[in-house]
Amino acid sequence: MSNVFVSEQSEAAAAGHPSGRLLEVEELRVEFRTRDGVAKVINGVTYHVDAGETLAVLGESGSGKSVTAQTIMGILDTPPGFVTGGQIRFHGRDMLKMSAEERRRIRGEGIAMVFQDALSALNPVFTVGFQIAEQFRVRRGMSRGDAKKRAAEMLDQVKIPNAKQRINEYPHQFSGGMRQRVMIAMSLALDPEVLIADEPTTALDVTVQAQIMDLLAELQQERQMGLILITHDLGVVADVADRIAVMYAGRIVEEADVHELYAKPAHPYTLGLLESIPRIDEKGQQLRTIRGLPPSLLRIPSGCPFHPRCPMAQPVCAEKVPPLLQLGPTRASACHFAQDLVSRD
Amino acid sequence: MTENILEVNDLVKYYPVTRGIVFKKTIGHVQAVDGVSFNLRKGETLGIVGESGCGKSTLARVLMSLEKPTRGSVKYNGQEIYGMGASGMRRLRRNIQLVMQDPYTSLNPRMTVGDLIGEPFEIHPDVAPKSSRRQKVQDLLEVVGLNPEHINRYPHQFSGGQRQRIGIARALALRPEIIVCDEPVSALDVSIQAQVMNLLEKLQDEFGLSYIFIAHDLSVVRHLSDRVAVMYLGKIVEIGTEDEIYERPTHPYTQALLSAVPVPDPSSRETKAIIRLTGDVPSPANPPSGCRFRTRCWKAQEICATEVPELTVRSGSDHPSACHFAEKREIVATHEAGELTDLPTRTL
Amino acid sequence: MSDPTSGSMVTTSPGEQPGLVAEAAPAPGAPAPQRDKPRGLLGDAWYDLRRKPIFWIAASFIVLFLTMAIVPQLFTSMSPTDSDLGRSLEGPGSTGWFGFDIQGQDIYSRTIYGARASIVVAVTATIGTVLLGSTVGVIAGFWGGWVDALLSRLADVFFGIPFFLGAIVILFTFNTQGSGRSSVRIASLVIIALITLTWPVSMRIMRSSVLATKQADYIVAARALGASNTRIIFKHLIPNCLAPVLVYATILVGAFIGAEATLSFLGVGLQSPVVSWGVIINESQNYLRVAPYWLLFPAAFLVAAVLSFVMLGEAVREALDPKLR
Repeated sequence: MSNVFVSEQSEAAAAGHPSGRLLEVEELRVEFRTRDGVAKVINGVTYHVDAGETLAVLGESGSGKSVTAQTIMGILDTPPGFVTGGQIRFHGRDMLKMSAEERRRIRGEGIAMVFQDALSALNPVFTVGFQIAEQFRVRRGMSRGDAKKRAAEMLDQVKIPNAKQRINEYPHQFSGGMRQRVMIAMSLALDPEVLIADEPTTALDVTVQAQIMDLLAELQQERQMGLILITHDLGVVADVADRIAVMYAGRIVEEADVHELYAKPAHPYTLGLLESIPRIDEKGQQLRTIRGLPPSLLRIPSGCPFHPRCPMAQPVCAEKVPPLLQLGPTRASACHFAQDLVSRD
Repeated sequence: MTENILEVNDLVKYYPVTRGIVFKKTIGHVQAVDGVSFNLRKGETLGIVGESGCGKSTLARVLMSLEKPTRGSVKYNGQEIYGMGASGMRRLRRNIQLVMQDPYTSLNPRMTVGDLIGEPFEIHPDVAPKSSRRQKVQDLLEVVGLNPEHINRYPHQFSGGQRQRIGIARALALRPEIIVCDEPVSALDVSIQAQVMNLLEKLQDEFGLSYIFIAHDLSVVRHLSDRVAVMYLGKIVEIGTEDEIYERPTHPYTQALLSAVPVPDPSSRETKAIIRLTGDVPSPANPPSGCRFRTRCWKAQEICATEVPELTVRSGSDHPSACHFAEKREIVATHEAGELTDLPTRTL
Repeated sequence: MSDPTSGSMVTTSPGEQPGLVAEAAPAPGAPAPQRDKPRGLLGDAWYDLRRKPIFWIAASFIVLFLTMAIVPQLFTSMSPTDSDLGRSLEGPGSTGWFGFDIQGQDIYSRTIYGARASIVVAVTATIGTVLLGSTVGVIAGFWGGWVDALLSRLADVFFGIPFFLGAIVILFTFNTQGSGRSSVRIASLVIIALITLTWPVSMRIMRSSVLATKQADYIVAARALGASNTRIIFKHLIPNCLAPVLVYATILVGAFIGAEATLSFLGVGLQSPVVSWGVIINESQNYLRVAPYWLLFPAAFLVAAVLSFVMLGEAVREALDPKLR
């Protein structure tokens, strides 16, 4: 790892951030100013990921899970999106206060991202080899030949057969799964410490999805990366995540160790999600429906944003925003009645 | 034995691959659907699963007579549907309806909900007199769980799940007997999927509908289907009841598919053995000889390359399976579902 | 913008985007927001348009020119053809704001009256172009196959004719033979020439948006319901394909005003006694040194009119195309 951040890390630690976490998001707030008003897309999100750990960020569309990732990467569309508060600390240093040049350097080398739609994330007019090699040439100053050799190695690492020949092919010549592998190779090219995977397998078939998730897990172990897996799929999460943060209406409503969360969710929304998905291993299953719709981010309900849909809602839920309270060493829930949920049998 | 409402026999759909612009020359065929046969019984749900490119959506279009099959027959209540006259076709349209995948593109953005759901009545004016149509549309909105007062709204004012309900209301308008659902919940959010699935079940009971439920999500298909057909490269490789397919799969492809489905239960991580398929699905324009799955199959022998396995019951299987070496193997440890959690309520 | 065939292309708006729209759906029980009234996509476009100053500027100019064309008497009491040789080539002053031409006709009133011929020709030609082009475009796009191949090649042939060369040839051929040179006949000829040479553009725009829309799921859904071709074309295809052509048409009006003026200036279009901006500019050409105002004022009106339509078109396009938002 030829990394510039190692030295900066110690500086930062000296500067009064002793947490030693790899990547921390704290009280992040983002809003979108649209012609219909201000949409509060992220309302105080806090999470962190350490080296070698997989954090799954689970949420439905509009929950703010992808926008958080875009903000971390510094690829938020501004306008309409604006960061209105909070910090994103990488090795203890707040990235939101860095210069554009510094952030650009972190992108790729410090934090990299894999997108859902590999076809549109890759440039159709260049060969995949060229697109991977370009990073080595621009960021590492390698020669054309060396860069190409490294590109072939990268494709090899993501287990693309005949990597040497295939670097000369164009993105459309790859199948969906292979394209996603190319994307992964590209994002790992500069040895990032954190990889953000935004719905990496949503567009893929189940058999291919399993292959890609295996690959990601393997690469993560090998490189001891922090992995942030953004997804809506409770099945995928159960297979790979260490910790889970559940998002709803721009907030984290529950955070827990993966085993705890599935065994006993501490937020009615998480419970609703778990019981609303059909399971392949169950017969005669009833599906719980979560009534109503996710709220409009232009008019987030008062108090707990989930209260209009919550079967447990009480008058207090419409009045007070429940804070994300620690329930145990590895879990926290933002529900006034979290204790009741956890202590039920 | 319940009667068959739809009998599909050796249905084939090839798309020609052509070269040249003015003088077109056919240089091959994409074998999208190649010899598919199944029956649909009255009041049941037949699930059709397969990965992208397996031909399940083409099958839907051919069943809906949106495209002519290359050959084969589909009988509705014993009557052949291809080659029906125009008036026969119109009557058929009333009885077989379609719900599509994408609720954002399947509704004309320039029509109000009232016009959208009322369109079937305009196309088939003899179903309902003009004066009663508005009432009928409002009734339909109510049936699918939408506010009847929203009749004058436009589709973009609704969320994805609500739009899918509009699509379902439109399909219901003519009181069909069969609804072909082409991935009706795959574009929806998790919490909304359950709502739509429960709605489909409710409507089936209420109106005695038969569903052909096409999806790639095996869990969704298991939840809704009575019988299931698994497709690979244009062919059905295995067909049987829900139990037969999910608890006693015999075709290697079905087994691999089932094993790859993630189970929302982290405790199954260690116990679960996933059958990893290698390679990609071959092109349907140039499928492998013999068994189409043989290029990715771990059981493949010489016979698989030379002889196309029939979809029949074999010694190792209690239901039709298109594998020379069909053999039962439990992949998914099925258990009876428990009750939904009773949520504690307490007033502060 | 003298060549109307260079009108810019517009992409079809693909239904509309999900994203924020879905999120903006009212939550149950939430108080009905003011945006809750039923409103189609055109309504949305109007909502956008209302906030654009450029739209209001362009629209007010267009209203001004239209009023000029319909009731020129509102603006001047002078007749455009009254000549007072005593005032020949008199410069702008209190009696004639824009001065007088060689025959002593009031340039101000001629410019005002000139709006009518210019706008009538441009608007009629635009309507004709769009109707012809769209019809052919819908037929070609919807039926496809050899029909499409034939019509597209035909359009290519017309598209291949250089615009002004073609127009001059048409007007020369049909205009000179002793036909009495009635003003209606000349105007019709100009209109026909403009339509003949420009329809392929609107045909192509329409054809490509029909091709894109034809694949849409809601068309498949209508088919599955048993809808006839006529119904699909008029109820589903055309309403969803119209936007790009409408935008093009708005810009085209401006382009045609310019084209008419150019043809008149070259002496093959409208001619005296008909008054149009092009005709006035044509008459002024030999006196540019002595009486620059003779050219200046009608030309300024011409530029303002062309610009207004082009700007309006751009504003409408932005409002209709969600991708540009």
